[in-house]
Amino acid sequence: MSDVSVRTPAVAWVRTEQAPVLAAPSTLVGPIAWVRTNLLGSIPSTVLTLVCAWLLFLLIPPMWKFLVTSATYTGAERTACLPNPGMCYPYLADNFQFFMYGFYPVIERWRPNFALILGMIGVVGALWPDFRYRGQFALYFLLVFPIIAFVLLYGGALGLAVVPTDQWGGVIVTLVVAVTGIVFSLPLGIALALGRRSKLPVVKFFSITFIEFWRGVPLVTVLFMASVMLPLFVPQAYSPDKLLRALVAVALFASAYMAEVVRGGLQAIPKGQTEGAQALGMPYWQTTAFIILPQALKLVIPGIVNTFIGLFKDTSLVFIVGLVDFLKAVDMSLVNPVWATPWTRYSGYFFASLFYFLCCWGMSLYSRNMEERLATGHKR
Amino acid sequence: MTLVDQAARVGQAPPKVAFLNNPKVRGIFWQALLLVFVVFIVWGAASNAYENLRAQNIASGFGFLDNQANFALSQSLIPYTETNSYGRAFIVGLLNTLLVAIIGIAAASVIGFFVGLARLAKNVLVRQLATWYVEFIRNVPLVLQLVFWYTAVLQPLPNPRDSIALFGGEVFLNNRGVVMPKPIFADAAIWLVAAFAAALVIGFIVKRWSAQRQAATGQTFPVGWTTLGLLIALPTIAFYALGQPISFEHPQLGRFNLSGGLRIIPEFVALLLGLVLYTAAFIGEIVRAGIQAVHRGQTEAASALGLRSGHTTRFVVIPQALRVIIPPLTSQFLNLTKNSTLAVAIGYPDLFLVTNTINNQTGQAIETVGMIMATYLFLSLLTSGFMNWYNQRVALVER
Repeated sequence: MSDVSVRTPAVAWVRTEQAPVLAAPSTLVGPIAWVRTNLLGSIPSTVLTLVCAWLLFLLIPPMWKFLVTSATYTGAERTACLPNPGMCYPYLADNFQFFMYGFYPVIERWRPNFALILGMIGVVGALWPDFRYRGQFALYFLLVFPIIAFVLLYGGALGLAVVPTDQWGGVIVTLVVAVTGIVFSLPLGIALALGRRSKLPVVKFFSITFIEFWRGVPLVTVLFMASVMLPLFVPQAYSPDKLLRALVAVALFASAYMAEVVRGGLQAIPKGQTEGAQALGMPYWQTTAFIILPQALKLVIPGIVNTFIGLFKDTSLVFIVGLVDFLKAVDMSLVNPVWATPWTRYSGYFFASLFYFLCCWGMSLYSRNMEERLATGHKR
Repeated sequence: MTLVDQAARVGQAPPKVAFLNNPKVRGIFWQALLLVFVVFIVWGAASNAYENLRAQNIASGFGFLDNQANFALSQSLIPYTETNSYGRAFIVGLLNTLLVAIIGIAAASVIGFFVGLARLAKNVLVRQLATWYVEFIRNVPLVLQLVFWYTAVLQPLPNPRDSIALFGGEVFLNNRGVVMPKPIFADAAIWLVAAFAAALVIGFIVKRWSAQRQAATGQTFPVGWTTLGLLIALPTIAFYALGQPISFEHPQLGRFNLSGGLRIIPEFVALLLGLVLYTAAFIGEIVRAGIQAVHRGQTEAASALGLRSGHTTRFVVIPQALRVIIPPLTSQFLNLTKNSTLAVAIGYPDLFLVTNTINNQTGQAIETVGMIMATYLFLSLLTSGFMNWYNQRVALVER
């Protein structure tokens, strides 16, 4: 092959510059192509598109009509909303304070507002990704804030008037129950999770029994138990008030679920970490507190937020023990004759579901974002 | 230390540690402390309860279960009247809970499976609709959804005499519930069940025979279609051969009321609707995650081996996805059962509502709470036991 010389064929014309780039055919890119691949990809897909479009047609125009065109925007009582079969916005505006504070005295309402701001500072500081003082903010939220919030809400100290818990209501109760649940369930859950992995048989047995018992029974029955049995278990002089009963029930219930979340984090830490700490001569508690838990808790932040979302939704069950939480406040406003129209119920429930949806959805977006941050390196 | 010294120490007891530093001694000490603490709490609670109950003059024990209940229940699967005992009312409540849980689990699984597939669909509209369904349902409390279905959708339906007729007047919808034709079983209807069971047994035999033949010769046999055909054909043949042992009592719309037919109370409809739609959203996410957890390489390898798309899904993707799906699915089934206690918000006579009523009438708090907790724990353990057994069947067999 070595004697074959490369001969340039005689050519009439050779292109010296690139041909102009043509636009891709409209069947492959652009809106038409997008519709063809994403909506009309195959015959079943086209049928599904039509079915979905029909569903949306059934759903969206009536929703729009209810929320915007047939809605009532101003008025002072039911006669304003009665002729318009749509949202009754003045009813919501009139009851907004009741939904937020329940029967909390009007002049003292700056106190829950202030407590909310203090709490938000703690939460944002503790959950801000890669923030330097996260740990400090978390400790503030878990240890200091509950005390400040209790003093602010209940009063009886620092010259604040006492507001008994039966006057608390609305979003205040919802948040108090949810935050107390998380604040107490976190340390209890960590202890139970460590207990479940303990080598000591008695500790392990009690931890497993406690966790499986609370996870096996519904929250409704736990609240029921707290309201009828808790008063029996303590001396009659200390009969706990309704809110406290619900708080005890929710804290015990949530700690069992929290224990399982934390256990997931503990199991994700490789054994080498424990062995490394032992090789350095660290005893069990030091290994746990300085090596294992900091890594494990960071991993389970999404799980903790998800538990909180569940808890936040579950607070709507405290009506069982006679508390007026946000949902119960909405329900109570429906029987108020001032705003009684056929549309009031839909307006109230729409507002309630929007409130829960925005709160829970916001939290779940955060937890998903954290999951993605934590998942780096494990992705395929 | 010389080598000889070290060699001499092998096989000997470990070096002595101080008594207080011995991990075994410390372990026993802490466990004893915990035991004392738990016993103290339980003993304190029990003695307080004893004192309080004596002060309230409430006798403990389960004797009250034989007393007359004196309250009516809007739905019962076994004959029940106000003159029956508390014990029977409890059984009625338990059956009502089981009814809603079993139907709910079946329906939520089916809907959840399709929601999971829709979340992965290529079609944008389907995918987005499923996504928003899941997002909305999961982020709104179930009790709000139940109350919405009950008070905002089912209660405003017209009175019985203005019932909405569906399916050509076979089914009626009103604010007292859904009325549908009531099947009336003649004695011979038992043979239909026998025919159905026979079809199942034959299908099982065919499956074994087909598996053996395929192992020996490589020939396949359409087992699924054969079994489906048998399941439809055998009971149908039996139905006509026995002279139609099932007849239907059709609801009649009179001048003032509906008469006849089988009425399903609106509380049941609302509870089932709420529970199924809520749980299906969670199951949909589990199914989606399970399918996504199967590596792409598995599908590609299957198609490289020449498996058709349907076979790839059935024999490669689903068996592997099930391993990821089953454990969280179990907890969803348990959640549905436990969430059925929210029936108390809309007045469906489930286990919790009935027990609550019994407690209000008798004041036997410890006994009623004990009964209800024990029942839910038993149901939970039963469900998780069954699902663990199933999980072991589909789990990866490792060394």
